Amino acid sequence: MAAVPQAVTRGSRVAGASPKGILRGSRDTVILLAFVLVPFTLEMFWTFWPALNSVYISLTRWDGISPPQFIGLDNYARMWSDDTFRLALRNTVIWLVLFGGLSVLGGLGLALLLDKPRRGIGIYRAIFFLPVVFSLVVTALVWRMIYQPDGVINSILSAVGLEDQAKIWLGDPDTALYAQILPALWRQIGYIMVLFLAGLKTVDPLLHEAAKMDGASAFERFRYITLPQLRPVSTVVLAVTVIDALRSFDIVWSLTQGGPYHSSELLSTYQFATGVQGSQLGYGSALAVLIFVLTVGTIVVYLARSLREEETA
Amino acid sequence: MTTKSRTRPWLFHGGMSLLALLWLVPLLLVLVTSLRTFDDLADRGLASLPKALTFGPYREALGLGEWRSIINSLIIAVPVVIVSLVLASMAAYALARHRIPFRRTLLLLMLAGNLLPAQLLLIPVLKLTEQFGLFDSLLGMIVVQTAVGLGFYVFVLHGFMRGIPDEVTQAARIDGASTFGVYLRIVLPLTKPAMAALGSLAFTWTFNDLLWSITLLRSEEKLPVTPAILGMQGDEFVSSWNVIAAATVVAAIPTVIVFLRFQRYFISGLLIGSAK
Repeated sequence: MAAVPQAVTRGSRVAGASPKGILRGSRDTVILLAFVLVPFTLEMFWTFWPALNSVYISLTRWDGISPPQFIGLDNYARMWSDDTFRLALRNTVIWLVLFGGLSVLGGLGLALLLDKPRRGIGIYRAIFFLPVVFSLVVTALVWRMIYQPDGVINSILSAVGLEDQAKIWLGDPDTALYAQILPALWRQIGYIMVLFLAGLKTVDPLLHEAAKMDGASAFERFRYITLPQLRPVSTVVLAVTVIDALRSFDIVWSLTQGGPYHSSELLSTYQFATGVQGSQLGYGSALAVLIFVLTVGTIVVYLARSLREEETA
Repeated sequence: MTTKSRTRPWLFHGGMSLLALLWLVPLLLVLVTSLRTFDDLADRGLASLPKALTFGPYREALGLGEWRSIINSLIIAVPVVIVSLVLASMAAYALARHRIPFRRTLLLLMLAGNLLPAQLLLIPVLKLTEQFGLFDSLLGMIVVQTAVGLGFYVFVLHGFMRGIPDEVTQAARIDGASTFGVYLRIVLPLTKPAMAALGSLAFTWTFNDLLWSITLLRSEEKLPVTPAILGMQGDEFVSSWNVIAAATVVAAIPTVIVFLRFQRYFISGLLIGSAK
């Protein structure tokens, strides 16, 4: 491979020109090659190779047992006449907007409140961050108790005289999806907060002082000083949020498995149910490809827009 | 800003403690529920105040096989952390400290591989594990979770190792250290903080995994604790909430320990983590 000559040059240059050095140089090359190629090959074999396979499988009809049958883009065409798919796509968009939007707003709000050094601030940060270390399954089980028919939410509702609002939150098609956004937020907000806190560290306090002397209000300072300086971290937060939102699976799978009647189905849960649990491997792969395209597409659109804004700014 | 905040500390702390309490309520609820008896819960419901507290639910949860599933989790997570860090540090060292052709492309390919959504990999990886006899085995879980996570660790360690001054490694070279010697005795010790951060993250991610476990494992006795506690609530023998709550608390303990032990590294890990 082409990697050999250059690595040797460097190895032998450093080792000197003695015969022993040349010998060692070639041994070094072998070691370096192994250092790169073993991890690289292992990862590529279990990521890009399966990903390419998924693209191919998405063009076939395959039950996983008999040989796959090439059917072109039929699986993609089938999506548009599939009601469950349309519901899952709609729910995924709702999930992206609500879960993504609220976690960014909540995380930014908490970061702004907990940015300046104050007594007790470390404890608050730790408390809001704590749910991040739990698995989403743990989170789901915690909230399942809260949403039980005899759980805390319904008890509070009847305590304040709103018995008629009490529901089986996770069993009602009208509320099942929205009820799951809350636990997802509970876990995500602390994570986004930490990202923004790191971003806020880079904001120069002198700018705030100067603006205050010029009579800028707190809101104006936020709008014209803090926000623009948060732009780099915002790009990171957006990418993290889009990736996390579109691959959200654990919480919904743990709480409702997309039910009742697909009312809380996301693309990820539908993909799992059809392609992994079910025997429609072709269709499931097409859904997986779509999730990938949506993730990359959303991030690219955002990056393109923010680049254009920067140019005009 | 400073004058303002000094005049309103009460408002700040009042509001914040209320919010923080709200954040903790779900956890307190689970803790209390996990310490109640079945009869108490059955009589008075999940939202009531407990009459008496007992450790019975924990004994029951652990007796129902949660021990075994925790051990499964550790059998998977510990090797994944170790092998990931070893392989990733090797690749990062070679790519960051040597002029390997296409090193940038190799690095970006590895990072990109890590960013592919798991959904895109599930079906083919399932088929691959079947071909290799790794389906429904803990070894298969270790191999797959190590492989799909590598790119990110290589990326972070690469950035970290590039920051090590050239003089340090050159000096060791002149003293006659081999490539491997420089890696083992100079670069690795200097990379410890980043390794601790990545190690605690890798442990948490692997331990908390649900998707790969339910895709690649079938036998109940091989399930790690995260999918195992999910199965408990469907089990008619354990439909009692106090046992499920106890099992949930137990399942959360290992990651909380790692978080508390490596808190400093953990947060810095998440920050570099966001760079992916």
